[in-house]
Amino acid sequence: MIENVDLSLVDWSRAQFALTAMYHWLFVPLTLGLSFMLAIMETIYVRTGKEEWKRITRFWMTLFGINFAIGIATGIILEFEFGTNWSNYSWFVGDIFGTPLAVEGILAFFLEATFVAVMFFGWNKVSKKFHLVSTWLVAIGANLSALWILVANAWMQKPVGMIFNPDTARNEMVNFWAILFNQVAVDKFLHTISSGFLLASMFVLGISAWFLIRKREDLLAKRSILIAGVFGLLSSLMVAFTGDASARTVSKVQPVKFASMEALYEGKNNAGLIVFGVLKDSEKKIGKKIVKEFAFKIEIPGLLSVLTGGDKDAYIQGLADHLSGNEKLGIISVPEKMQSGKFARDVLTSYKRARLINDTARIEAIKGVFKDKDFHDKYFRYFGYASIDKPEDVIPDVTISFYSFHLMVVLGFLFILIFSAALYLLFRGTISDKKWFLWIALLSIPLPYIASELGWLLTEMGRQPWIIQDMMTVSQAVSQISTGSVITTFILFAVLFTGLLISEISIMVKQIKTVPKR
Amino acid sequence: MTVMISQLFLQHYWWIIVSLLASFLVFLMFVQGGQSMIYSLPQNNLQKTMIVNSLGRKWEFTFTTLVTFGGAFFASFPLFYATSFGGAYWVWIAILFSFTIQAIAYEFRSKPNNVFGQKTFDLFLFLNGSLGPFLIGVAVATFFTGAMFSLNLMNQVHWATPWYGLEALLNVQNLALGFAVLFLARINGLLYIINTVDDEALIKRSIKGLFTNSIPFMIFFLFFVIFLLISKGFAADPITGTITIEKFKYLNNLIQMPVVLVLFLTGVVGVLYGIGITVIRKSFSGIWFSGAGTVLSVFSLFLIAGFNGTSFYPSLYDLQSSLTIRNASSSLFTLKTMMYVSFIIPFVIAYIWYAWKAINNNKITEEEMKSEEHKY
Repeated sequence: MIENVDLSLVDWSRAQFALTAMYHWLFVPLTLGLSFMLAIMETIYVRTGKEEWKRITRFWMTLFGINFAIGIATGIILEFEFGTNWSNYSWFVGDIFGTPLAVEGILAFFLEATFVAVMFFGWNKVSKKFHLVSTWLVAIGANLSALWILVANAWMQKPVGMIFNPDTARNEMVNFWAILFNQVAVDKFLHTISSGFLLASMFVLGISAWFLIRKREDLLAKRSILIAGVFGLLSSLMVAFTGDASARTVSKVQPVKFASMEALYEGKNNAGLIVFGVLKDSEKKIGKKIVKEFAFKIEIPGLLSVLTGGDKDAYIQGLADHLSGNEKLGIISVPEKMQSGKFARDVLTSYKRARLINDTARIEAIKGVFKDKDFHDKYFRYFGYASIDKPEDVIPDVTISFYSFHLMVVLGFLFILIFSAALYLLFRGTISDKKWFLWIALLSIPLPYIASELGWLLTEMGRQPWIIQDMMTVSQAVSQISTGSVITTFILFAVLFTGLLISEISIMVKQIKTVPKR
Repeated sequence: MTVMISQLFLQHYWWIIVSLLASFLVFLMFVQGGQSMIYSLPQNNLQKTMIVNSLGRKWEFTFTTLVTFGGAFFASFPLFYATSFGGAYWVWIAILFSFTIQAIAYEFRSKPNNVFGQKTFDLFLFLNGSLGPFLIGVAVATFFTGAMFSLNLMNQVHWATPWYGLEALLNVQNLALGFAVLFLARINGLLYIINTVDDEALIKRSIKGLFTNSIPFMIFFLFFVIFLLISKGFAADPITGTITIEKFKYLNNLIQMPVVLVLFLTGVVGVLYGIGITVIRKSFSGIWFSGAGTVLSVFSLFLIAGFNGTSFYPSLYDLQSSLTIRNASSSLFTLKTMMYVSFIIPFVIAYIWYAWKAINNNKITEEEMKSEEHKY
């Protein structure tokens, strides 16, 4: 196993970023969803004046607080890791990427930080209404934070609204609205926040189920299940809907990622949707990469074509279409893109050299080339391919892409069932008697976490080797620091985050067991 | 030409915004300053709880300001972000690490079953309180003393030492500013505790603490400022952008920008006045004078670092790689877009002020600490 691990700087930098992002994402979705659930619960309290609702709100607020702090702790590392570990990237796209981060800080973080203090400490210090408004503002602030970072991430999947400036050797923003309303950003934001709502609903449902199993806090549990059931069902439907839209967008803007998600090597019409599949190594290879094939699969014929292209005869592109090109579809092969990218890089280098010796005529001539649309469309859009060694390097890990996508989808449908069942049993008044269901609800708490992490695994691993699709590879983007430094900080963060996670879970469990007295 | 002037205006505008964020960050590090005294200031556990809860209700402001400072720097001067963070790796990682352990320490310290015990989380608060301001001071000092990097044709950074930023700790001027920021944070922490906690014995000890912290602050601060004023600086030619060494550059900046000089002196007087009225007149309002003084002093230091044709991040390894607000900035379009976003800042300040007042209307008392459900 160890001999397969590449101990290079780029791998450790990726590992460190993945570690931080995955830990961060253990805490953020709960904040996104639970903040809105708290706002709903407190609204009921303010409208009805019933103390029990206040107690319910405060109970979940305590758990929110524990989770919120650790989410912030891991988040700060992420923001600065763009600079510490991906400095070349930071310069290359800072003109674009920095803006959403700054807006996030100014608009969202301060809103969240300011009113979270009122939410926690203001119960006896401010009026009921001001407190309620604060709770809503925390929810809005938290979800606004998600918007801006997701806009930035969406830009990495589909770069839009920018132009390359050869003088500064970076991309520069020319259309802010194109970046904000990038189709990937819209899909990603809706899918991500709804998955956060879903996760929080499952968290509340599962813990409430535990109370019913233990025959404790009947009223708190049932009222919480009501909120979680309705919020969860609506969210899980929205997750399914937005997930479908996201997948369709991926098929258009990142067709290689889409083909990997479906383990589709050869493109075809009437492509079937794999409901369940097990991959194995085949005899074939693309370069050094082993082609995967299905050892077993359950497939609905034609459905992938229908879902993606609108009818069963729609052609779904496979990995081969991109590697070798497909003239009929107007797809250029990877070797051709590599040549175009190298040409674009040579032009840029010539420009820089001309600048160095102040060769005015040459500077002006090459500047003209950069302004030429044809040069951009034929060559510069493949700039990133200049640093691809072998054509097969553009294929992401098919196994990871396939399983993470399919497992996420299966779990998504399971959540719809669980929330529907919870509401059905609650309204029938039999939920307390259905121990089997209560146990399912309790044991399902980790499942949305898994689904959520799988979603990010697919998003980021499925884009490899790119940090910015077609424009910059991760190896071009990495900071030139010593591998030893990154290994050391990786270990430090791994130990710290793991310790904090253990502490958080332990505190949460204790808090749940000791619900505050009436 | 109009475009050039506009971009130059926006570069200055954004340097002011970044400088203001840095200034407020240093003021808000009263939270860290207070944390650095959690072992020495309280005489009993209840006093410690009062201190931690007084500071703990504001820790997120400091944290958020740090994050926004980073985000604003990234957006407006991305070449600095890429160069400094990607090169002075260890200094920034140490700062981040210290803030990470702070974020959870407040929430976890007094919760049952926190696995590592209250002592561990209090140690986290102490470490963040001591290291955070000190390291930020050291990092900011390199704006004047320089760092060991070069940039290639594509603006990719190469750090010239294997210490990735830790070499900044070998420079006495950097250390002086680091300690000055730490002691200033401690002074502001004491003033904040005096302002928000209703406990006579604790207030007495805090006033006593003002003496012991003001003396080292003045020594380190004066050391740094005197060195700064007599040292050479890094000047940038306004037309060619060529960097040269200029004698008394920072002194010249203060003389050539008298408004900044006035701001700086007003800031120093503000800090001293805040300490003075607390010690002499037993006023509870010292934090506001000292806080305003801190903001003005740090703001003016940032202005002399970046304005008047000065390199705000000089390279000692390759002089022409030094960063100025001109060569490190974002494009005109980005700076302009963000300027529109920045118009919302006064509104943000207004609601922060309103919420701050709402929470701080009543002082923290022993009774509250005994009855409050959500406490640190």
